[in-house]
Amino acid sequence: MERSEIEETGEFDLEGLFIRLAYAIEQIGAKRIVLDTVEALFSGLPNEFILRAELRRLFAWMKSQGLTAIVTGEKGEKSLTRYGLEEYVADCVILLNNPVDNKIATRNLRIIKYRGSAHGSNEYPFLMNENGISVLPVTSLLLDHDVSEDYVSTGIERLDTMFGGNGFFKGSSILITGSAGTGKSSLVAKFADNICKNGDKCLIFAFEESPKQIIRNMRSIGIDLEPWINKGLLKFQATRPTLYGLETHLVSIHESVTDFKPDVVIFDPVSNLISIGNIDEVKSMLMRLIDYLKSKQITSISTYLTLIGKMETDIGVSSLMDSWIDLKTINQNGERNRTIDIVKTRGMAHSNQVREFKITNNGIELIDVYLGASGMLTGSARISQIAKEKDEKLSRDQEILRLEREFEYKREGINSQIKVLEAGWAMEKEKYESILSEKKLKEDMIKKDREVMSTIRHSNLDK
Amino acid sequence: MTGVKFMENNSNNKAEVTESHMDVWDLRLYVAGQTPKSIEAFKNLKEICETHLEKNRYKIEVINLVENPELAKTDQILAIPTLVRKLPEPVKKIIGTLANEEKVLIGLDIIKQP
Repeated sequence: MERSEIEETGEFDLEGLFIRLAYAIEQIGAKRIVLDTVEALFSGLPNEFILRAELRRLFAWMKSQGLTAIVTGEKGEKSLTRYGLEEYVADCVILLNNPVDNKIATRNLRIIKYRGSAHGSNEYPFLMNENGISVLPVTSLLLDHDVSEDYVSTGIERLDTMFGGNGFFKGSSILITGSAGTGKSSLVAKFADNICKNGDKCLIFAFEESPKQIIRNMRSIGIDLEPWINKGLLKFQATRPTLYGLETHLVSIHESVTDFKPDVVIFDPVSNLISIGNIDEVKSMLMRLIDYLKSKQITSISTYLTLIGKMETDIGVSSLMDSWIDLKTINQNGERNRTIDIVKTRGMAHSNQVREFKITNNGIELIDVYLGASGMLTGSARISQIAKEKDEKLSRDQEILRLEREFEYKREGINSQIKVLEAGWAMEKEKYESILSEKKLKEDMIKKDREVMSTIRHSNLDK
Repeated sequence: MTGVKFMENNSNNKAEVTESHMDVWDLRLYVAGQTPKSIEAFKNLKEICETHLEKNRYKIEVINLVENPELAKTDQILAIPTLVRKLPEPVKKIIGTLANEEKVLIGLDIIKQP
């Protein structure tokens, strides 16, 4: 319909449109009707006032026919539609926009009004792809997902122990932070390996490495993921974050999860998403993602690259997570060693100890770090400290032995001296005793002699 | 109804003018029942044709969409009344009651735009 072809020569109405609609509806028994787009009438027909009145009549007529009508219209500069139709015609108004932020376009949908319903008032991103249109709510309205009492083992016995013995809760969200080279990917590969070993399904979203590269790299530390892929227990979904916007990521994650039905989902690393959105958007996206996974009782493990020396994630993701494992490297005595500790885990009595975390050809090992007077030691410093301690212990032991021996010598020496003295004393004693008895004998004899003498002298008259 | 009556006349006209096809004015007036607007439009159209066009060199077909709704599609009719000039080409459309004679004449290319 071209305005130039049409000359207005007096009053008119849109009865022709009504008749055509009624005829078309009657032919197929339509219940729904789509007018796309109603603005075309305004560009084609000359009299805006008549058009407005006629459209009002049209909408009333469609309602009276029991038809559900969907009418599209362009957004006006000041009003919602260019010709201000919405106020009086619509029971429900949905506004669509498509802002481009950071060179990435996101389609949004917002319900402005919907008579007789408590509708969500936020702007909801939506997506169109080969599976149709999907709208994902920005936030789940309620925090009411079921929680599980079951555990998911990490596959590293000592780490399970750190988590109170069984690993983390099924359906919980786990964050693994660490700067470059702290072993985040190796740790999640180990988790994935163990999950598949238990017959559960694991879906890995790799935002940095290709699946082949991950498989090759993990083989070098004794973790072979390929059999799990062949068994259908493990699936990689590798995409560059910048490939599409956050919303598309979210939808593609939703789709993959719905499709694969994993027990555990791994994001490695989730921090890469920052490159495609601002911090608030990424945080809100992660919140929705985690909410979604939790509602499905799917355990999520996300790695997060932090700057060296900084633990907190720059988008404050940690508050969304139930468990938080922090990996660090300690640069000491010319070597870099890895440590692992649990920053938090909700609902579990976890270890407060830092462990040394070793990636060897045979996998991952956790070792107690050396805690001593000179602080925490890892790696060869720990080993040399242990050796040093052994040495010191040995010399201390020898010292004790020496002292014990000395004591023995002393005791023996003194004992023998005691024996000599005793022997001397015995001799002396004997000598004195014999002198004494001799003297006593002599005295007795003198006494006896004196008695004898007095008897002889009759000296006992006074008796 | 006026339209139907006129259509009969109209078919007579058609028979008379076939030899010089190029000069025949083929006009269609779309209406929806016998509303005041339809009657006015037909009246105005008749007057204009009688005044400005040669007799028997035009035919007017009145199409009542209430009776033949399927016909509305062919000429993409939305507004009622609509006058369509099928011939001579190009196709022209004029909407309204045709009350403004000057505009109708311009719309039908009977007089050139000033």
